[in-house]
Amino acid sequence: MIALKNSLRDLVRYPSAVLGLVIIFILMGIAVYALVTIPYSEAVRLWRGGEDVWYQNPKYAAPTWYNFFSSKKEPVSFAVNTADGSMKKTVTSNSPDISTVDIIYSFDYNYDTYPQEMTLYFNTTFTDKLPFASIVWITPDGRKIKIANMAVDHKSTYRFSQDPKLQKSLKSENVMQALFSDLKAEDPTLIKGQYQLAITGTTFEKASDINAQFVFHGDLFGLAGTDKYRRDLLLPLLYGTPIALAFGLLAALGTALLTMIIAAIGTWYGGWVDELIQRITEVNLVLPFLAILIMIGTFYSRSIWLMLGVTILLSIFSGQIKTYRAIFLQSKESSYIEAARAYGASNSRIIFTYLIPRMIPLLIPALVSSVPSFVFLEASLAVLGLGDPVLPTWGKIIDDAFTDGALYRGLYYWVLEPAVLLMITGLGFAMLGFALDRIFNPRLRDI
Amino acid sequence: MTTETLTPPVSSSPVIRKTTFANSTFMRMVRYTALRLVTMAITVTIGVYLTIMIANMGGYVDTIMRAEIRDNTTQSMLANPNNRSLDRAVLQKLIQDRIASQEERLGLNKPFAIRSINYLRNSLTLNLGRALNMTSDNGSKEVRLILLERLPATLLLTGSSELILFFASVFIALSLSRKYGSWLDKLTIAFSPTSAAPPWFYGIFFILIFAAIFKVLPFGGLVDSPPPDNSIDYGLSVFKHLILPASAVIVSSIFLSIYNWRTFFLIYSSEDYVEMAKAKGLPARDVERRYILRPTLPTIITNFALLVITLWTGFTITETVFLWPGLGITLFRAIGLYDTPVIVGSTIIYAYLLAFTVFLLDFVYALVDPRVKVGSGSSQ
Repeated sequence: MIALKNSLRDLVRYPSAVLGLVIIFILMGIAVYALVTIPYSEAVRLWRGGEDVWYQNPKYAAPTWYNFFSSKKEPVSFAVNTADGSMKKTVTSNSPDISTVDIIYSFDYNYDTYPQEMTLYFNTTFTDKLPFASIVWITPDGRKIKIANMAVDHKSTYRFSQDPKLQKSLKSENVMQALFSDLKAEDPTLIKGQYQLAITGTTFEKASDINAQFVFHGDLFGLAGTDKYRRDLLLPLLYGTPIALAFGLLAALGTALLTMIIAAIGTWYGGWVDELIQRITEVNLVLPFLAILIMIGTFYSRSIWLMLGVTILLSIFSGQIKTYRAIFLQSKESSYIEAARAYGASNSRIIFTYLIPRMIPLLIPALVSSVPSFVFLEASLAVLGLGDPVLPTWGKIIDDAFTDGALYRGLYYWVLEPAVLLMITGLGFAMLGFALDRIFNPRLRDI
Repeated sequence: MTTETLTPPVSSSPVIRKTTFANSTFMRMVRYTALRLVTMAITVTIGVYLTIMIANMGGYVDTIMRAEIRDNTTQSMLANPNNRSLDRAVLQKLIQDRIASQEERLGLNKPFAIRSINYLRNSLTLNLGRALNMTSDNGSKEVRLILLERLPATLLLTGSSELILFFASVFIALSLSRKYGSWLDKLTIAFSPTSAAPPWFYGIFFILIFAAIFKVLPFGGLVDSPPPDNSIDYGLSVFKHLILPASAVIVSSIFLSIYNWRTFFLIYSSEDYVEMAKAKGLPARDVERRYILRPTLPTIITNFALLVITLWTGFTITETVFLWPGLGITLFRAIGLYDTPVIVGSTIIYAYLLAFTVFLLDFVYALVDPRVKVGSGSSQ
């Protein structure tokens, strides 16, 4: 206990260790937050979801904070809905059967480029007679542009840029440009200011109602941007944290503990047990580690937990076992072991309560330092296309980005966000591991 | 990927008694060599057999291949207009025959247990055989040719980067250990955690900075397309493509490597005999060469030898990220195509090289370190 306290006090003396600890704690916090707010099944459902889940988001949208760094402000995406009150709706009934639904949404547009697309998703209730809606666009300079008049079915979608009628009436192929500038002017430029979308609906039945969702696709979206499938990258970035930590920590802990236990058993019993362990270590040295992981990923299953198991299995019998063995051979001869033997302690008691605990100071730095390599191993497998197909992980984002040529196309955020998180995680554990190594390894302390 | 063992060899236990009989020394060496060779052979055999089993999924790849043959043969026979006029039964028979001959060609007609032993025998005798699906760029199906074709590209990348990395880190470490505590030394320690990330990871950043933003170096590949005709331009083009992947490999581990070597040298330079040499007033150069480098030579050689073997394997992921047509990417493609002969072929060569190097190292130790005697007592 006192030793532990002392080593903690030593730890504070190393700024890199403190920084590493802070990073690890923040990552743990993010991991807990992600697990609490998004249950596992929900994360998988969202990540695997297609157009039906993510239709509100634009494709390949950079994160909103891009605007801080660029002089040219790009439009930020949003979606508003009458169902949850984010878009105002007023119903006035004119007669028992007929009523008017007014939906108005105004927003400020202070960006330098045109948006990608605007879409209206109608959701109406009626039995026989279809409700009717007319859509009007009001620009900051007061012009009223008629967009469309149409009967709306139970579920119908209206995409502004893809309406040939609107293109004709605006006399332009580029609807967004026409709506956000004055085409009649000699040099049409984007007009900034408050735009308004007004939908006037008429229903012809008693229980009939109109609900609409206005989805605005700019060039930027959310805190993390989106990918090819419109998925919000915040989900895999958040949810990748617990997965990366779990994979790294479990693999490191499993490998380190099992290596130590096997080395202890081998040295304690000696003879053929020791010999066998040594031979297995040599065979394992011949086996191609990454190739076997790739084969298992390709042939059997790409489940991250299977990969974890195989990783641990292949890493147990590494060169580390020889280092531990050399140390165990020494401590096996110490007098306290002899004393334990004299009072008749069982083999397992000697191994687990006398031999192994003495090695913990050696184990801890090695364990912490090996976490980054396992975290990166998961990402490496994902980059080879062998990431878990179900789970949102950092490596998977990099893989998606690479297969889509994100770097060629200038979609840097897509690669940088997971890469930076990986780097921070790796650095956090590596810095702590280095400091621990110097604390627990007195030979290194002065140098 | 580099396995660095910076612990002094275990066998360096000092030999107390000088053997005077050359005969007994010789006999001991022969016995030891024979024993070592046998254990090596068994190790390699088991390792390769395990790889064969995994690469065949314990025989399941056979099922996949049978289905593939059946499918392809039936399709091609049915699509062939010459076969239209044939009777159904005749056609069916023809298809069956074709399938059987295809299976025989690939050896699928024998049970897997027997074939796995055949595989083992063939691969141990370096009879690598023919690939199932892959072909070399020249169109050959010989595994040997497929691997040989990719070897130069891999050796170029691994060789240039690893050799620079090794020698740079040993020499920088040596000079740092001379003046430890300087700001340069502290900087190296501060930077060493950056080696937690693998080469491909730095590769991404390098591509981003030098290829995507500044557009000074290519994104990936081996040469420009189309390749230049004249060999000087060709070489320059390859060099230009080599810079990014090689520097990714170097940057990803240089700091840790320097740190490890520096610590290693420092431990050795705090030995009593070094202090003694310094106290005698020997020049720093001499102390370094005769009292620090000499006893650490076995470790340096071990690391260098192990490094030379890893050159053969290539960097699968770095090659994938940089589209570098080396062995790593070939192995990866082979696995994707269930091409067992190629997988096993590249494994066996690695296994042989490793076993051979480890075997040879024992004798090299005895040459460079007078404290070590081949086969003296403690086993490694």
